[in-house]
Amino acid sequence: MRKRSTDLAIETSGLVKTFGDNRAVDGLDLSVPAGTVYGVLGPNGAGKTTAVRMLATLLRPDGGEARVFGHDVVREADTVRGLVSLTGQYASVDEDMTGMENLILLGRLLGHAKPAARDRAAQLLEAFGLTEAADRQVKNYSGGMRRRIDIAASILNTPELLFLDEPTTGLDPRSRSQVWDIVRIVVAHGTTVLLTTQYLDEADRLAGRIAVIDHGRLIAEGTPGELKSSVGAGSVHVRLRDPAQRPEAERVLARELRAQVYLEADPVALTVRVNGEESDRAAAEQAARALSELAASGIVVDDFSLGQPSLDEVFLALTDRPATTEEAAA
Amino acid sequence: MSSTATETGTTFAPAADTLGAVLMPGARPPRPSAWSASVTFGWRAMLKIKHVPDQLFDVTAFPIMMTLMFTYLFGGALAGSTTEYLQFLLPGIMVMSVVQITMYTGVAVKTDIEKGVFDRFRTLPIWRPAPMVGYLLGDLFRYAMASVVILIVGLVLGFRPGGGPVGVLAGMALLVGFSFALSWVWTMFGLLLRSEKSVMGISMLVLFPLTFLSSVFVDPRTMPGWLEAFVNVNPITQLVDAVRALMAGTTATGEIAWVLASGAVFIVVFGTLTMRLYNRK
Repeated sequence: MRKRSTDLAIETSGLVKTFGDNRAVDGLDLSVPAGTVYGVLGPNGAGKTTAVRMLATLLRPDGGEARVFGHDVVREADTVRGLVSLTGQYASVDEDMTGMENLILLGRLLGHAKPAARDRAAQLLEAFGLTEAADRQVKNYSGGMRRRIDIAASILNTPELLFLDEPTTGLDPRSRSQVWDIVRIVVAHGTTVLLTTQYLDEADRLAGRIAVIDHGRLIAEGTPGELKSSVGAGSVHVRLRDPAQRPEAERVLARELRAQVYLEADPVALTVRVNGEESDRAAAEQAARALSELAASGIVVDDFSLGQPSLDEVFLALTDRPATTEEAAA
Repeated sequence: MSSTATETGTTFAPAADTLGAVLMPGARPPRPSAWSASVTFGWRAMLKIKHVPDQLFDVTAFPIMMTLMFTYLFGGALAGSTTEYLQFLLPGIMVMSVVQITMYTGVAVKTDIEKGVFDRFRTLPIWRPAPMVGYLLGDLFRYAMASVVILIVGLVLGFRPGGGPVGVLAGMALLVGFSFALSWVWTMFGLLLRSEKSVMGISMLVLFPLTFLSSVFVDPRTMPGWLEAFVNVNPITQLVDAVRALMAGTTATGEIAWVLASGAVFIVVFGTLTMRLYNRK
């Protein structure tokens, strides 16, 4: 619909930001198509927030280039600010003020006259289900309500590009799904969304394309499907009846599938990533053979499945460690 | 994340039509002027006073305490009687209190920066110094309030200024104006230093000697020569002398010019440094 829809919303090349010895962002190349949700996935400390802060003109890059709708984030920072909104990891509203006051403040700062700012604030509070809480200080809001007032503030003037930095971290499941619904609606109306997350299912559900970053570098990029298939044809999941048989099952599976076997936290569960070079059919055949070998060895299998790898497994394969190891109490 | 609120959120379901209706791509009013953005931030400062009124403690109870304490502590010894001393002390104690209150500007900046709302302000397409000017507009109110509180206490205790209402108002205006200029020093430290405590520490380190080693309490001619030399070049001395003269209805053109000039220097130098730090943060 909009003239920019074929262009890139974000383009970075060799973006670098260092804090002392720490290269938080270390030569990042990103291309984000306009009009989509683009997921940036990585564990805590991967450099997601630093990258977003540079793109939102809050931090000056130490190297490389970044453009937002073709405008350089350093040289044309003011133009970029007119196009983007940021919802940070922590509430980007004033907690001492009420929801209404926050939105009026922003409305005024974005150039609305007083009555227009008040109307717009009331409209947004209504659309985000916050009318009842309009005159309460934001510090008394629940986590989900805070997120909503925060996103409402970000779309007060509907931006071309919306940064959502870990928008659902710390939210309960219901509030998370509310945020997901809001993101879908916002994107359907033409705003490009850059979403950072450490939740793999979130990127999988919302994003058209995903960049996986670790230690400030891009380690993989593509659609969720591409990322999954680049790692392997799929995973074989096995659940045993008797945990005592797991070492034996591990040996049989390693021999038949010629791949590393992961022992799950659950003492009866095993997972094997089936090799990517083989076709799906071969993977299914291998899996079937492995299953009959398990039966032949007298191992009782309660549950058996062959599925596409989850993004967790993708991350594990790309970084040789699980995505959640660096998870801190944020 | 606190979960103290009653959860109206659980009943909320984002609806495509209501939410879609508030999304208005492309519709943007023209940007606010520098003045309008600054005044809006000033309005925010006033709202914060409304929501967190305890911050007015510094501009009410503290000045009252200072005035009473120093009047009765030094009055008898220094001027023979407290009423007599009050005529000399009151403009000085007013300057001291208000100038010391300026340090809270830096603390407020620091506190805000550590919260996410500052990031939002910095991503807005507005005149860059507006958030900083907004703080200071809010602070003007605080400075004026402290001055009025001290004036009232003074009048009750027997302060009878020779300059009349016009002289008193002129003195207060000069003081509030100078404090506005001086505040830029603290906004700079607020952006520069790592914690609220260090901002507070540096401010005290500068302000205590600057306010005490001045003509607030005694005539500098009674001091040893080396101290008198320092006190005479201290901008606070010039300010106290100017305010004292205005309130007493005597002339002090040199001092007033000196105060205005040093205020301008503060704004130019520290305002520039503040904005450099603000943009580079």
